[in-house]
Amino acid sequence: MTPDVSTIWGWLDQVPDPEIPVISVVDLGIVRDVVWQGDTLEVAVTPTYSGCPATSVIAMDIETALYDRGITNVRIKTQIAPPWTTDWLSDKGRAKLTEYGIAPPSPAGGPDACPRCSSTHLTRISQFGSTPCKAHWRCDDCLEPFDYFKCI
Amino acid sequence: MTDQTALFEYLLRLGDNTLVLGHRVSEWCGHAPVLEEDIALANTALDLIGQTQMWLGLAGEVEGAGRSADDLAMLRDVWDFRNLLLVEQPNGDFGQTLMRQCLFDAFHFELLTGLTHASDDRIAAIAAKALKEVTYHLDRSSETVIGLGDGTEESHRRMQAALDLLWPYVGEMFTPDAVDDAMHAAGIAPDLIAMRARYDARLKTILSEATLTKPDSSYAQSGGKTGFRHTEHLGHMLTQMQWLQRAYPGATW
Repeated sequence: MTPDVSTIWGWLDQVPDPEIPVISVVDLGIVRDVVWQGDTLEVAVTPTYSGCPATSVIAMDIETALYDRGITNVRIKTQIAPPWTTDWLSDKGRAKLTEYGIAPPSPAGGPDACPRCSSTHLTRISQFGSTPCKAHWRCDDCLEPFDYFKCI
Repeated sequence: MTDQTALFEYLLRLGDNTLVLGHRVSEWCGHAPVLEEDIALANTALDLIGQTQMWLGLAGEVEGAGRSADDLAMLRDVWDFRNLLLVEQPNGDFGQTLMRQCLFDAFHFELLTGLTHASDDRIAAIAAKALKEVTYHLDRSSETVIGLGDGTEESHRRMQAALDLLWPYVGEMFTPDAVDDAMHAAGIAPDLIAMRARYDARLKTILSEATLTKPDSSYAQSGGKTGFRHTEHLGHMLTQMQWLQRAYPGATW
């Protein structure tokens, strides 16, 4: 018996992002489609940034997670259109990012508040951060530097 | 020239621009003036190399000779490269690198914007993906050019020198040839002449905020995108970039 796709979406929601392990690949919005093609499960994954080195690790983690659940025929399909946007981050994912110390993306082009003390007095340190998807900011009140998830 | 040949050539241009500039920018890794800039440069390089995989991957598919993006990147020689002369120019100092980046980003932004409307869905999809990253690159490089141009006497002097040095490589980006014309006619490439007007307008604003003066000369070096005559710098760069595959063919990890 093949598990239905909603069960599989639930399983994928337990696969952590390799760089930001508090959120799942589903929270990140990079799993675009899960569909059975005969006895093969096809999972469409979209990259965050074209050169993100985590992309191949993510594909491998998804395959491994599905093998562990007994699904042996898995095909990972890379889908680049429409391009990934941070609008696809789930609300659960945004809350977890804040809790982890990463300010979630905001259309204003910068973080809404310091993820530690909630202050809104913030300074950008660098437009880029520890991974392609983040920038580096500092809180002017608690003085802690923090990562901001870039809005794209 | 058949449409397929022109398309292959055009895709090589797109992929070689991002490959060569991506490699150049990555040369800064571990050497930038401050850590934040080091990280920013490495991330920019990473985006460009990621875009290269898509463009050269598609070029290989269109060529139909079984060459992968890696084969095209690592096993071709100087005369096979179709990148603009601008992107192969050496890094120079940090200001020169950022001036080169800004001159290219402003072009790249307009080009990709046009390509999102390409009649070929594969090209439109890659362009839409890359455009998001390049919008960010342009934000950063133009801000930095403004900051350094309108900075200290020393930073201003260096930025003006960088602009004077690189200016003769701007014209090539906007000079259409048979490949550009064929791609424009096929509904793929945007009109370079119309693009130039938008580029000039943007650059005027940036340079004026940066208190820099656009050189008077309209002299343009050429020969990069056609492969007719690259500057000597490309060959030196390839000896570094391709060394491993040349010394140990087929090596993987």
